[in-house]
Amino acid sequence: MKFPFTLHFEQRTDDYPKWLPAVTSLGSVVVAFIISGIILKFIGGEPLQVLKFFFSATFGSWPVFSDTLVKATPLIMVGLACTVAFKMKLWNIGAEGQFYMGAFFASLVVLIPMVPLETTPKIIVIGLMMVMGMIGGAVWGFFPGYLKAKYKVNEIITTLMLNYIAIYWNNFWIFDKWSDAGFQMTPQFDKVAWLPRLSDLAKEYPMFSGITLHLGVVFGLIAAVIVWWILERSTWGYQIKLIGDNPNAARYAGLNITRNIILVMMLSGALAGLAGMSEISGVVHRLQERISPGYGFTGIIVAWLAKLNPFAVIIVSIMFGALIVAGREIQPSGLAYLLQGIILFMVISSDFLLRYKIRLVRTEQEVA
Amino acid sequence: MNLEIILHAGLATGTILLFAAIGEVFAERAGILNLGVEGMMLLGAMAGFSTSLATGNAWIGLLVAMSAGGILSLAHGFVTINLQADQVVSGLSLTFLGTGLALVLGEGLTGQNPPLIPIVDIPLLASIPFIGPVFFGNHSVLVYVGYIFAPLATYYVYKTRPGMHLRAVGEKPSAADTLGISVYGVRYFYTFVGGMLAGLAGATITLSVSPGWYSSQTTSGQGWIAVGLVIFAQWNPLRAAFGGYLFGMLRRFILDLQGPALLFGFANPLYVNSNYGFFLQMMPFVLTIIALIWGSRAATRKRLGSPAALGTPYIRGERGL
Amino acid sequence: MTSSPPPYAVEMKDIVIRFPGVLANDHVNLSLKRGEIHALLGENGAGKSTLMNALAGLYKPVSGTIKVHGEQVSFGSPKDAIAKGIGMVHQHFMLVPTQTVTENILLGLNEPRFFMNLPKYDQKILELQEQFGLRVDPTANIWQLSVGEQQRVEILKTLYRGANILIMDEPTAVLAPQEIEEFMQTMRSMTEQGKSIIFISHKLHEVTSVADRLTVLRKGVATAEGIDIEGLTGEKLAELMVGRKVIFTVEKKAQEQGEIVLDVRGVSAQNNKGVPALNNLSLTVRQGEILGIAGVAGNGQSELAEVITGLRECTGSILINGEEVANFEPSKAIKSGVAHVPEDRTGVGTAPNMTITENTIMKNYREAPIGNRWGINFTAARSRARELKEAYDILAPSVRTQARKLSGGNLQKVILAREISVEPQLMIAMQPTRGLDVGAIESIQQLLLKQREAGTALLLISEELDELLTLSDRIAVMYEGEIMGILDAKDADINDIGLMMTGTKRSEA
Repeated sequence: MKFPFTLHFEQRTDDYPKWLPAVTSLGSVVVAFIISGIILKFIGGEPLQVLKFFFSATFGSWPVFSDTLVKATPLIMVGLACTVAFKMKLWNIGAEGQFYMGAFFASLVVLIPMVPLETTPKIIVIGLMMVMGMIGGAVWGFFPGYLKAKYKVNEIITTLMLNYIAIYWNNFWIFDKWSDAGFQMTPQFDKVAWLPRLSDLAKEYPMFSGITLHLGVVFGLIAAVIVWWILERSTWGYQIKLIGDNPNAARYAGLNITRNIILVMMLSGALAGLAGMSEISGVVHRLQERISPGYGFTGIIVAWLAKLNPFAVIIVSIMFGALIVAGREIQPSGLAYLLQGIILFMVISSDFLLRYKIRLVRTEQEVA
Repeated sequence: MNLEIILHAGLATGTILLFAAIGEVFAERAGILNLGVEGMMLLGAMAGFSTSLATGNAWIGLLVAMSAGGILSLAHGFVTINLQADQVVSGLSLTFLGTGLALVLGEGLTGQNPPLIPIVDIPLLASIPFIGPVFFGNHSVLVYVGYIFAPLATYYVYKTRPGMHLRAVGEKPSAADTLGISVYGVRYFYTFVGGMLAGLAGATITLSVSPGWYSSQTTSGQGWIAVGLVIFAQWNPLRAAFGGYLFGMLRRFILDLQGPALLFGFANPLYVNSNYGFFLQMMPFVLTIIALIWGSRAATRKRLGSPAALGTPYIRGERGL
Repeated sequence: MTSSPPPYAVEMKDIVIRFPGVLANDHVNLSLKRGEIHALLGENGAGKSTLMNALAGLYKPVSGTIKVHGEQVSFGSPKDAIAKGIGMVHQHFMLVPTQTVTENILLGLNEPRFFMNLPKYDQKILELQEQFGLRVDPTANIWQLSVGEQQRVEILKTLYRGANILIMDEPTAVLAPQEIEEFMQTMRSMTEQGKSIIFISHKLHEVTSVADRLTVLRKGVATAEGIDIEGLTGEKLAELMVGRKVIFTVEKKAQEQGEIVLDVRGVSAQNNKGVPALNNLSLTVRQGEILGIAGVAGNGQSELAEVITGLRECTGSILINGEEVANFEPSKAIKSGVAHVPEDRTGVGTAPNMTITENTIMKNYREAPIGNRWGINFTAARSRARELKEAYDILAPSVRTQARKLSGGNLQKVILAREISVEPQLMIAMQPTRGLDVGAIESIQQLLLKQREAGTALLLISEELDELLTLSDRIAVMYEGEIMGILDAKDADINDIGLMMTGTKRSEA
């Protein structure tokens, strides 16, 4: 008795339904969760517990949700950084390094210090740190951009190498010159360099006590709007998309590809650098060895899961933020990496469905 | 700072890069970009280590490591060949997967001491003055395997029929297809080979050259350096081996720089302030970038480059490829 | 009793081949007699290549039967077809550029098994060449060969595998008139040595000169199956191919020509391989004039278009309305009023995943009302795109449709709409009607003539001599980067042009 149906894969000739990308992304995440749950069970963990933590992190109490948003903040900006670069088919894997350099450059404001910290108004200090953070990230994005534009050097590897270099660079300064009594971190920053948090308003609004949500999240939201505008409404965005889709056509149309590669890498780096600044100014309040649990890499997944849509990046970042908060409770720590890998793998596998239709076809009956 | 020691150490650590890079050469020659090497290496490192611990036999550990790398690479192959997904992102996801799996399954391995791949001398050859002890003395068996593997791989790629088919599939898959060569089959095969060799490279670390399991520090970016080396090597296995050895030597050299109080007659700044060592740790990565720049410029000059179909999925009937 | 060999080398019956969205072959019959040259005729997109690809084992028909030498066959892959003696010479060569002639010929075979002893096989291939008169250096890399030589390699590939049934897909597209004659001779000598040939073409007069019988396809259906060439008129053939009695003729009005718009003076340039492609070349084009460039592909035509549009460096001078544009960025040429319809519609002319709207604004997205320095008004862009879609009769669901979903003809119209809408001074059109069906060809040619009437200077580069003769005012023939001669289209002698195309003759113009 033969199975009466076979699966046929046909290339789509018309556009896929508008809801399909969101469904495939969501579906990928669900499947990834299931698979990770199985693996976790296999090594003796408690997957349902983790799921509970995950939901309580997103929908539980305000303090926990605030934690989620705090974790989501750098992800939004790094996700945007990757989105911008990927739109032009520039594989910026160096968001992690650009994050660190942004943090470093922003710290310089406090560590040198670049302005007298006692007398300068907070808004100037923070503003200066923002600018320095973006410069730091932009510089770190400039190098691989320049090498690609001028010498066609593969940006995947250069950005990746620069990640490691940035971390060692950072380490030198915090172990050596600016170390806090021999510990691997700088002394805590002066309060003037702290991004305002909701808990600052605890005296007037008691419900905000203990809520660590800081201004960085606003940076992220504004950045998302700006990136959206750049990509969807500006002439530059049109150029970026054209170069990404067909560089030959872009050249033929008179676009300067070299310049755009460098500029886009710098913009991408600047966004990641801003994330770095936000993290040290809003969360850790010092420069230390580990300021990122791999935000730069998670950002890649966020961008891909969001299908390079700036607003979707916000939503996906919040989801990943919840994962990180829930993940604090899970052992072993490698599971976070694994989960991210499975999610990404599922997302790219499901992209297939955007290009091909699946049809159930009745197989011909065998004639006796 | 002893030239012999540097050379000797270079050959040993270079073997790791040799296996990973030549594996990637095979995959890229077929047209598949595999950026998951780092993850496959780490997985192989863990698998080899834990298997050797469990079975008491390092060789079985080696085999399991290769299989682990190979199987993981099949996932990459399926997604990029059959589902025509983007090869860059797929490779990245595999790095995450491999790393994640290795870390998760490798919990508790730190500090263990499983049996390792034996270290031997080659009789006769080891007695040749100077070269003897450096090249043929006191090396892991895997190093000697590397000596033979690199030239064999090169001969295979350029002078044999399967090598010719491999190159054709990477350059112009449609030509191979119309003459009856299975493009999918060739690509799967060499992706698998690449994965196996990456796994082997990982096991070479934990079971041989730098024994022990140090979680994610075990590979510390060598997988990525191997991918960079492929470009530097212009997709030639022998050159990839040479690049690997060179890198190995440079790493040892850098390590040795930190020791002596006097460096070439001058006070050694690294001796005075060990924190300067961070700059030295940057060096392998800086050097990879330099190697890449060199490789890319050479490719542009010679008007040669990567295999033409690298990174592009093959769909029968599409014009141009 | 001995049975005589079957009269038919190939019999294809009731073949149906379907692709997503299109029925490429609709119950087609084709039979090839042994030792005959059978032409498979039809306009672009009729389904000829698809049918032959099925015979060559690349596609599997949904239904229908194929018999080779009387034996029913079912090909699972090209290897099966090759085993039955079928060899295909593709229109777009399937050669590995970085490998030698011998390596390409030996690709996919079982012998030599493992160790490649190339010199021995170089010799074998030289011997094969002698037998059929197809000379080419076996040790040369493919990228070093000319297009004609590469074609010889493709033929040798099939002969080396013992093919006795050869399928040639548009083989004369890359040849000059005299070379075509030589090629026909080669085909006849092959049939004399026992081969049977199917010859795909869309050119009526070539087919009538060499074929014994022919089959005509129109939109996937066979309108004539295996009819004799004897007694067929051009009209009848045209009707079979297109459904009309006469292949259209375009109306070209006599016209005043104005100032010189394009002035190319002593330009030399190299191609991508570092070999000289243009050699001290000079020409002029006036307002309201179409200058056709004739020549076999690979004689510098692409490079000529590229130096004028700023995509390639050169020595010498190129003036557009008196302004120097040589060696500047493409944006300079565009600003000087140069429009470029490139050879490669999908690879260069459009961005496949972007919408029709986004593709039409490629040249004017910075100008009002579509945009300014900073932003783009997509509402205005879309309405403009809708106007163009209507005016140029572009068939597509909407202006939001992605470019890669469009057919060749519609894509070309998008490109032309875009280029024309910026009111250019000079338009360079490269192979504008290549690969298009008759209806689309007609539209495109009309558009080009309209531009001529509007006073634009046109540089028309085409491999179709007929097209050049119909549309051009003057024709310049290029060979190895030089202009061999410039003739008035009205009195042009095809023979002369052919001689110039092969470098044999040079005229003092």
